[in-house]
Amino acid sequence: MIYFNNVSKIYKDAVALDDVTVTITAGEFVSVVGHSGAGKTTLTKMILADDKPSLGTVFFESIDVHKLKNKDLTKLRRRIGVVFQDFKLLPNKTAYENIAFAMEAVGKTDEEIASDVPHVLELVDLSHRIFHFPNQLSGGEQQRLAIARAIINQPELIIADEPTGNLDPINTHEIVQILKKINDLGTTVILATHNRGVIDSIGKRVITMENGKIVRDSKHTK
Amino acid sequence: MVKLFGTVSTLSDIVILMAMTDLKRIIKSGFINFKRGGSVSVAAVLQVLNTLAVIVVIILLQAVLYSSLNQIKDKVDVTIYFTTNAGEDKIMLLKSSLEKLPEVAQVSYTSADTALKLFRDRHVNDYSTIAALDEIGGNPLGAYLNVKAKEISQYESIANFLQGDDALVSGPTSIVEKVNYHQNKLVINRLNNIISGAQRLGFLLTLYLIISSLIITFNTIRLTIFIAREEIGVMRLVGASKMRVRGPFMVEGVIYGIIATFTILILFWPITAWLGRNMTSFLGLNLYDYYVSNFLQIFAIILLSGILLGVISSFLAVRKYLNK
Repeated sequence: MIYFNNVSKIYKDAVALDDVTVTITAGEFVSVVGHSGAGKTTLTKMILADDKPSLGTVFFESIDVHKLKNKDLTKLRRRIGVVFQDFKLLPNKTAYENIAFAMEAVGKTDEEIASDVPHVLELVDLSHRIFHFPNQLSGGEQQRLAIARAIINQPELIIADEPTGNLDPINTHEIVQILKKINDLGTTVILATHNRGVIDSIGKRVITMENGKIVRDSKHTK
Repeated sequence: MVKLFGTVSTLSDIVILMAMTDLKRIIKSGFINFKRGGSVSVAAVLQVLNTLAVIVVIILLQAVLYSSLNQIKDKVDVTIYFTTNAGEDKIMLLKSSLEKLPEVAQVSYTSADTALKLFRDRHVNDYSTIAALDEIGGNPLGAYLNVKAKEISQYESIANFLQGDDALVSGPTSIVEKVNYHQNKLVINRLNNIISGAQRLGFLLTLYLIISSLIITFNTIRLTIFIAREEIGVMRLVGASKMRVRGPFMVEGVIYGIIATFTILILFWPITAWLGRNMTSFLGLNLYDYYVSNFLQIFAIILLSGILLGVISSFLAVRKYLNK
């Protein structure tokens, strides 16, 4: 599904990715682990074409994502759900509107939005917060809302970049369980984290990164 | 074939329906963002309002300037004094040839009798002048033609025309006593320079005020969008099209323009009424009458300026973050 072919990303004074080659197949749950600055976030940004590689190519199925025109890139991003450490919710929109916006972006009708949004909010246990703005929600609730937004359009891939970085252990556990459930339903999940404990609780493939390089790639079973 | 056309029509219906739905959502989002923007929206409206106020003031100042200049221009003329024995038919011939000149706006004829009557009326309290006039007996004054040009700069060519018309103006049979252009030439030229200078200064001042207001407004709106720059990035990441992101900001720009237009036009109603009541003799123009009689044109200029200002500023400001 995703293929990195000798990808390097060099910033002015640092190497973020150093000759990375990796393949991720459909339906996998892949955890990318490493310290801050190891290159995890750059790796995920490359899939979304949010950043360009200095060398190499990134394929989503048979598409070279960095050769896409703006319009086609928009279409590609609609096939990917993204969850960030800092949630990246729309602050001036309520929980309902945040999810509705993602549905509007892919051209869903008002009727579909009205029926699906309450359902997905119920799934992440936020039914009682439907008309609250992000700043009225706790960190855990904001992250659950971000996950709800990421899965609402039934994407083929979920990218979660440090989704538990700002959360306490209870909320971290909840978020990991939700991601596992999403993967069980057939969606590919890429989880970038520096938290070993999180990876251990998942028990699936782990890619370890250091200084922009993949130093280990193994099925991780407890 | 019929079925094929049927399918095409259904497809185009769907496309139109989707575009309409998008438009409806964009407009709705624009209104919601404006409402939730709070003080930021108010600041943007106030800034657009300032620019529109400058435009209205410029329109009114131009009206005052042009009315004053017209009044001054109206006071300038050239008078051709005829000899006492000049025949009226010859004067009328000259009058009609003057009227044919493209530079001439108006030619008025005053007969010798009327000239005498006007002279007596003007000096009714000047006993010695009236007594001298009575002593002479008869009418020492000739008829005259009063010529008004369309532009002040054109008096010279009218004077040249009179000089060129040899049969009437010069030689032993000349019927012209004198033309006062040459006496007034210096004053007329100076006035002409002052008027064209005032117009040029007015234009430069207008240009400066409009450009500086536009830059300030553009920067204020850019600032409101700068606040939402991360939001724009998130919208793009969840797959929103450029128009879906940019549209609500442009709608907000239209709202700024419309609110500012109505506020400014309402505010200028009492302001011009006060100016009309108290400053008409000073300004030489009743600004309230001018404002009311030209209201539709001013409304159109201000509304269009307001909307364009809001929309173009928003469009350009969002573009910066959309392409990131």
